[in-house]
Amino acid sequence: MLHAQNISVSYGATTIIDGLDFTAQAGALTAIVGPNGSGKTTLLRALTAETSFSGTIQLNGLDISNTPAWVLASQRAVLSQATSLAFPFQAIEVVRLGLQSGAETNDHLAQTALHRVGLAGYEDRFYQELSGGEQQRVQLARVLCQVWQPVQNGTPRWLLLDEPVSSLDIGHQLMVMRIARSFAQAGGGVIAVMHDLNLSAMFAQTVVLMSQGKIVASGAPATVLSDHNVTRAYQCEVRTCTQPAADEWFMLPQAAGLVP
Amino acid sequence: MVVTDATTGIVPFVDRQNIARRAHVWLAVLLGLTCIASLAVGASGTSLWGALLKLVQGQELSLTEQVVLRDIRAPRMIMGVCVGAALAVSGAVMQGLFRNPLADPGLLGVSTGASLGAIGVIVLGASLPAGVVAIAGDGLLPIAAFVCAWGCMMLLYKVSTRAGRTSVATMLLVGIALSALFGALSGVLVYVADDLQLRELTFWSLGSLSGASWVKVSVAGPVIAGALVLSCTLGRGLNGLALGEATAHHMGLPVERIKNIAIFAVAAATGAAVAISGGIGFIGIVVPHLLRLATGPDHRSLLINSGLLGASLLLGADMVARVIVAPAELPIGIITAVMGAPVFLWILLRKRGLVDM
Repeated sequence: MLHAQNISVSYGATTIIDGLDFTAQAGALTAIVGPNGSGKTTLLRALTAETSFSGTIQLNGLDISNTPAWVLASQRAVLSQATSLAFPFQAIEVVRLGLQSGAETNDHLAQTALHRVGLAGYEDRFYQELSGGEQQRVQLARVLCQVWQPVQNGTPRWLLLDEPVSSLDIGHQLMVMRIARSFAQAGGGVIAVMHDLNLSAMFAQTVVLMSQGKIVASGAPATVLSDHNVTRAYQCEVRTCTQPAADEWFMLPQAAGLVP
Repeated sequence: MVVTDATTGIVPFVDRQNIARRAHVWLAVLLGLTCIASLAVGASGTSLWGALLKLVQGQELSLTEQVVLRDIRAPRMIMGVCVGAALAVSGAVMQGLFRNPLADPGLLGVSTGASLGAIGVIVLGASLPAGVVAIAGDGLLPIAAFVCAWGCMMLLYKVSTRAGRTSVATMLLVGIALSALFGALSGVLVYVADDLQLRELTFWSLGSLSGASWVKVSVAGPVIAGALVLSCTLGRGLNGLALGEATAHHMGLPVERIKNIAIFAVAAATGAAVAISGGIGFIGIVVPHLLRLATGPDHRSLLINSGLLGASLLLGADMVARVIVAPAELPIGIITAVMGAPVFLWILLRKRGLVDM
């Protein structure tokens, strides 16, 4: 379980998140959604100990403030929104960076990870020559290498993904979300910051809706993503529907404009 | 044609990791050959082979052979290896730390700090207390250079570290400011120097291994060797930093410790190298760059290969410096630049696509 209690994050005099509680269960995909500037990425940065925060965050029972980086890295991997890369590394070399110390020679794993994100045959392509979407998938393959087994010695491992599908076409969006879902189904935990509400509803077991640094609703997608909640959080009119045959929730933005 | 393994979908490809590992062997062989050549070549007619033959036959070496081979060429060869490896590895570490292929130890003001110490001794040495000069002897200049390099590094580190975190960007800017300041102070000293001192300054600032001695090797050698060993442990850490500090932290790397080790290893290696050989430019930038183009940017192999190639190149340049105007000598910095620059330009133009990444 990943449990955050009374989390506050401030940048200078500006408070981004104020006294927030958050829980995510292993074996499930938790999507954090909300409008720009609502504090989603800041929350994820606190959960990964990338930014300083007040409060307590426990990952599998470990207080992340007092846990060495290498121990945290063995239990969770993080895909950032954008990762810049210095020097002309090849795709396979980037993926290998994710292999834990001692497993660095396990090239088969690195190649399998590239294959899994649909980039077989891209091993010796230079990272800087790839498209934005391909670069994002190379980084995902690197992150997958870090926590290849979703459960290790009975302890679940975690994938923390910040907008993992932001640069991808619809086919690759589905591919990446399926990878995340299968990681969760195998017993690992996945927390993904998402902009696409339809994909969130399709793949997540729990959706956390944030607005102005607070969690305004949390729970099953169809409950959290109600017309009322989404319209208030995003300040725009939407219409949500459920496809009767498949019982799948989906949402359409309305052209009528902003809420007065 | 690309053949894919039908069961795993794995595609075979040319792996630069293997090329880099093979390069360890080839570069080690090159260094070995260069070391032998460095012992064999010199302004005097003393022959390494003649001396070896005498030793094999159980004959005594002549006094000249003993002096030339044991007291002149051997320490010079070892000093060349130490300085070449120190400059090239420090360059590779700095470039990895700053995530910039143009970084070199000069950027942090370490070299300029060492230069200030050396220039201070050359120009003001006569006015120093006689006791200090008597105790330090010939070691005064390298000691002053080393102390100034370290002082500069400590100041830089102090200013750029807040709440236990060292800002690489602040360090770069402070380094540039300190370089400018020390450069200006050196300028003042040069301005008041007399003609003889100016000639000595010119020779020192272009670098040379001509002052090599066992004393210098025994003082600077262990410092450089320790710093190089420390640097070579940074391979995985610098690879992680290529993805940025946040991602390196997510990957479980001790980012602050890596930065601290990198900074102190570079300060020790560069400080010691500049102290005994003067300001030899070009090696720190060119060697890691060439190797990155040939075998990729993986620092685990890049650091080792940089040490081997840097040492070989400096020894090669030193041999040319010794024989080209024999019995006089050219400053080695002239040779590294004159030989290195055209080759570097040629390679850059050939591999422009890679360089632009």
